[in-house]
Amino acid sequence: MLRLAALIQNEAMKLWLKKRFLVIVLILLILIPVFTYAQHKMVKNNREHFADWRNQTLQQIADIENTLSSDRIPEEWKKGRRIAVQQLRYYLEHDINPSEPSGVQFTREFLGNAITLFIPMLVLAIGSDIVSGERTAGTIKMLLTRPVRRWKILLAKLLALTLYVSLTIAVTVILCYLISGFVFGYGGFGAPVLTGFRLQGGTVDAQAVHAIPQWRFLLMQAGLCWFASMIVAILGLMVSVLVRSTAASMVTMMAAIIAGSILSSMSSTWTSAKYLFSVNLKLTGYLDGSPPPIEGMTLPFSVAVLSVWGAASLAVSFRVFTKGDILN
Amino acid sequence: MQETVLSVQNLSKKINGKTIVDDVSFELRAGEILGFLGPNGAGKTTTIRMLVDLIKPTSGTVTICGKPVQREPEQALRHVGSIVENPEMYGYMTGWQNLEHFARMQDGIDEARIREVTSIVKLQDRIHDKVKTYSLGMRQRLGIAQALLGRPKLLILDEPTNGLDPKGIKELRTFIRQLAQEGLCLLVSSHLLSEVQLLCDRFVIIHGGKVAAAGTVEQLIRSAGNQVLWQFEHGEDGIRELLKDSRIQLIERIDYGDAAAQPAAKAVTAMSEELIPETVARLAAGGVRIHGVCKAEPTLEEMFLTMTESETIA
Repeated sequence: MLRLAALIQNEAMKLWLKKRFLVIVLILLILIPVFTYAQHKMVKNNREHFADWRNQTLQQIADIENTLSSDRIPEEWKKGRRIAVQQLRYYLEHDINPSEPSGVQFTREFLGNAITLFIPMLVLAIGSDIVSGERTAGTIKMLLTRPVRRWKILLAKLLALTLYVSLTIAVTVILCYLISGFVFGYGGFGAPVLTGFRLQGGTVDAQAVHAIPQWRFLLMQAGLCWFASMIVAILGLMVSVLVRSTAASMVTMMAAIIAGSILSSMSSTWTSAKYLFSVNLKLTGYLDGSPPPIEGMTLPFSVAVLSVWGAASLAVSFRVFTKGDILN
Repeated sequence: MQETVLSVQNLSKKINGKTIVDDVSFELRAGEILGFLGPNGAGKTTTIRMLVDLIKPTSGTVTICGKPVQREPEQALRHVGSIVENPEMYGYMTGWQNLEHFARMQDGIDEARIREVTSIVKLQDRIHDKVKTYSLGMRQRLGIAQALLGRPKLLILDEPTNGLDPKGIKELRTFIRQLAQEGLCLLVSSHLLSEVQLLCDRFVIIHGGKVAAAGTVEQLIRSAGNQVLWQFEHGEDGIRELLKDSRIQLIERIDYGDAAAQPAAKAVTAMSEELIPETVARLAAGGVRIHGVCKAEPTLEEMFLTMTESETIA
């Protein structure tokens, strides 16, 4: 057991010294202010046009309804819009501002948008060469001729990766809050957020809807983000074990994730696409009640699909890594 | 009988239906330096990778200090230090961090040991620099330091002279000899005999995946058979008379001298040296004028080349 701790220390040290995490923090430090500024512009614009948030929400609903009357918009899209209208109405009825600007609210929005593409990319930036990098550099020959079982080495790599995925999510949340809070204020923890929308066809079942404080919502989001990122990291680990070149493993994973986000936005009638892992990544969508990419998908369904993908790729990774010949 | 440190038995490896290593067996006893020779592509590296559990053999076993590598890698590999091909270490870490990294993978290696191996390979001055700034010779030394960390009984160096300049090669030789004197047992592979000839006690020559020859220098030369060089005043007659004994084979004939009547000739023959006195008597009785007889021993280099090149050309 002590040995495993030392092995994790090794892997964590390698990831740290490769300065990948530093790069991620830098990316966040550059991008979050950009998004904060964009949000700030929007808020300012809304303030100029609307007396208070109720008018703004009413206007939003009117806008959406306008687009709904257009013939050129496909029925699939309209379904989603109708759901959005019903939710906005629900917020109005309960006198809750759906987007009261604050540091916490910004962080919540950011996480919701980052879960499908941005955070997976950060995770891949850390982990996609965790095994293939050792192959490319040849260091795997020294690593695997030491008196340590191969499964322990891969496990140590996986655990080090878990550590960095957790750190990435934590740093994203903290930096988002700190940077956007500077503009929007550091409050908003207690602001109510509605969750528990159940979607049935084109209508919203509001029976289970309840308000929870925003900090709890954010925590739930971060948890789902962590889960989705871990699945991406595990898949990345598998590709890294299977593909010898670092560039190839990175590109393979990016292609898979981007393909998923394209498929989701097509709101496809190809229903079996819901078993693809990358279509299921937007777990936070289930919290705020946005319509799923393919009808019939629910949070338990997505979590189950992702878990199966994760378990299968772990099995493949360990099998190949422990049995495979090191030929290069 | 000394303790057997490494025992390789009937080791074979097939990759995609192609036999790379074919029924290789050899042993290495404590305190020995074994030269593992063969031309490029003979299966040296594949064999070495099977010794250190990087490749699983198709059949056969490797035993290190009594532990089977394939079934108990943890027990077997703790007695081994190795550099397989190039000494590749983590370039983004310092030499010291690299050594710490590998020290953590094994019990009983403390900072004092890291400092010790650093001074053994004389890398104290640069140990805290990043490995990517090291020269090849320094990387080689860091690789050896890593291999020595766990106080191994067996050190496996695959092509250790690759890419080193003559000075580096000389240093490495001295270093290897020094390690052997301290009781370490070494397996040094090379495709150039000349680089390790002076270093090794015994050799295993591998060619086409098979063991072509094995043994000490003397054994190898003896197995190649003796050569005897004859010089006759009349080449034609002399050689005809000489070959009447079926135990004597002609390897080469070199004519020299005046071509006027019948030129004098040298004949290189493969024959046992016990036959020399009776053959001399027989030829003298037959009227052959012998100008000289001498034994000629092939050098190991010649043997190695004939053994490994004949088939390549064919």
